[in-house]
Amino acid sequence: MTRPTVDLRPTGQPPLPRPRPIATFFTRPQVIALAAVLLVNWALFPGFFTITWQDGRLFGSLIDVLNRGAPVAILAIGMTMVIATKGVDLSVGAVMAISGATAATLVTNGVPAPVAVLAALGTGVLCGLWNGILVTLLDIQPIIATLVLMVAGRGLAQLITEGTIVTFADPLLIFIGTGSFLGLPMPVVIALVLMILATLLVRRTALGLLIEAVGVNRSAARFAGLKANALLLIVYTFAGFCAAISGLIVAGDIRGADANNAGLWLELDAILAVVIGGTSLMGGRFSIPMAVLGAMIIQAMNTGILISGFSPEFNLVVKSAVIIVILVLQSPLSARLFRRLPGAQK
Amino acid sequence: MNRSLRPLLATTLIFLFAYMLAVTQQPAMLSTRVLGNFLTDNAFLGIAAVGMTFVILSGGIDLSVGAVIGFTTVLVAVLIMWLQLHPLVAFAVALAVATAFGAIMGAAIHYLKVPSFIVTLAGMFLARGGASVLSPDSIGIEHPFFTAVQKSYILLPGGGRLTVVGMIMLAVFAAAILLAHRTRFGSNVYALGGSETSAALMGVPVARTTISIYALSGFLAGLAGVVFSLYTSAGYSLNALGVELDAIAAVVIGGTLLTGGYGFVAGTFIGVMLQGLVQTYIVFDGTLSSWWTKIVVGVLLFMFILLQRLVFRAGPRRT
Repeated sequence: MTRPTVDLRPTGQPPLPRPRPIATFFTRPQVIALAAVLLVNWALFPGFFTITWQDGRLFGSLIDVLNRGAPVAILAIGMTMVIATKGVDLSVGAVMAISGATAATLVTNGVPAPVAVLAALGTGVLCGLWNGILVTLLDIQPIIATLVLMVAGRGLAQLITEGTIVTFADPLLIFIGTGSFLGLPMPVVIALVLMILATLLVRRTALGLLIEAVGVNRSAARFAGLKANALLLIVYTFAGFCAAISGLIVAGDIRGADANNAGLWLELDAILAVVIGGTSLMGGRFSIPMAVLGAMIIQAMNTGILISGFSPEFNLVVKSAVIIVILVLQSPLSARLFRRLPGAQK
Repeated sequence: MNRSLRPLLATTLIFLFAYMLAVTQQPAMLSTRVLGNFLTDNAFLGIAAVGMTFVILSGGIDLSVGAVIGFTTVLVAVLIMWLQLHPLVAFAVALAVATAFGAIMGAAIHYLKVPSFIVTLAGMFLARGGASVLSPDSIGIEHPFFTAVQKSYILLPGGGRLTVVGMIMLAVFAAAILLAHRTRFGSNVYALGGSETSAALMGVPVARTTISIYALSGFLAGLAGVVFSLYTSAGYSLNALGVELDAIAAVVIGGTLLTGGYGFVAGTFIGVMLQGLVQTYIVFDGTLSSWWTKIVVGVLLFMFILLQRLVFRAGPRRT
């Protein structure tokens, strides 16, 4: 992958040798953090890494982490792109509820499942488009623009389900939530495919670079001839699409659409996953695979807390501690401190 | 007319219009009883929204208020029921904790140079988690002081009741209006919201003001928690879930600009009342389901954001 880079170091210094990609992957802080969390889990629960093959699919705690983390990972894929444009999408949790409600209500009313799935994805795209229009055409701050749908979205979802939890027995919807493909749970397969496609799309074309340009400076990007508004529309629509997929998975998993609780607070988990993945909230450089890894770190911590017998609420305290550590590490203050340490800068 | 008063005027007119519309449908809504209940039922939201107004005026956002309310109710309940402290002592401790919590978040926002959004998100997780670590179950509060406070009210003409809780909210709004528009701190908040760089160059103590703003928001969220515990006589870690969104909506509907530097505390009061009106109307109607509240509030939020854009587009551009 060749991308234009600008060397900001003083002239006269030899360029740094480019480290090999595999080596840099294993020294990334996110990978080390995930390994550490998994090792702690293994210490707490010796059978953690045991994976068995049963009834044509894989079973084990590790698979469970992947499976449970998949909805947030899918949200994080869309959220990464939004945050890279210096935006944020608070509505994804509500969009999940809307998409699940749409699919469930249609299926129970006798609509064929593939149509219902397409309709659910379509509502997600529409929700994303709505956010995008507010952000671009009306030029509203992203936090506020998406807040509208976050507040109203759950009400809309309840309108669709008429205030009840719509349960269904449709095999296709249940397959999306709990089925398996090549031994892997379906949510994991969907998340993996989406991650690979999205990464290829942004890294093998100029799209990623353009998104970063808009995130760093929207006006400058527009003056440079980029269609910043069109790009933002695409990004928010994609986030809505990702949220709709997550909504389908969560609905399929419990075989019902719960407008009140489906995807509740998951937008915050998704944002956290993106931040753990090293994408700055101030826009610019982003990494989709790292955000997915971030989602896995969050889920591995969840699982760890559950198997060690703490109450699930304890999770919130751990999550806030993680955010604080990341903030301190990313702040200019600590960067200055590190620079003062001898040998920290090569 | 002064252009800066337009959104406030629009909010007031919309509230009066909506109230009249509601009265034509449900004549019983025109009574001091309903108005008194407006104040009582929305007291905690109103108090939290005042803190949110200052934060938004300064160009930030505070996602932790709902969680701080929940935490305060649990802390108050634990101090009274488990440690047998007098409620007033418990309130003082809880308010001190909430204020310190806000101040720490403000310090983190200023010194770590991170968006307020992510710091207060961490604060939200911490306060909710902390509350459920203190007690995962709801704790009922039984104390003579609580019953005495709940039973005391001023009788309004027409049979309405102005409760202690409602009076606290009115007092907070009165104090906040003075603080925002008549003190140096208030001017500093507006200056910070206009432009942090210019404010710093003009000699506004940015660090002190930022920390004070979030400490104030923490204090008011704590006070809202105290009011909530008086209102429900219980401490529960999931109390006031999502109130931060209602508070932000109230501030925006009240005409405060989300980019900061512009708005009125009085507008927030009308924003809170408008949300209360929607809820009360739905209760009066009886056939509408409660989820309509969310949709109507969302629509109102959207309308006011749109209105803000139009007002600011229409006038001469200032940059």
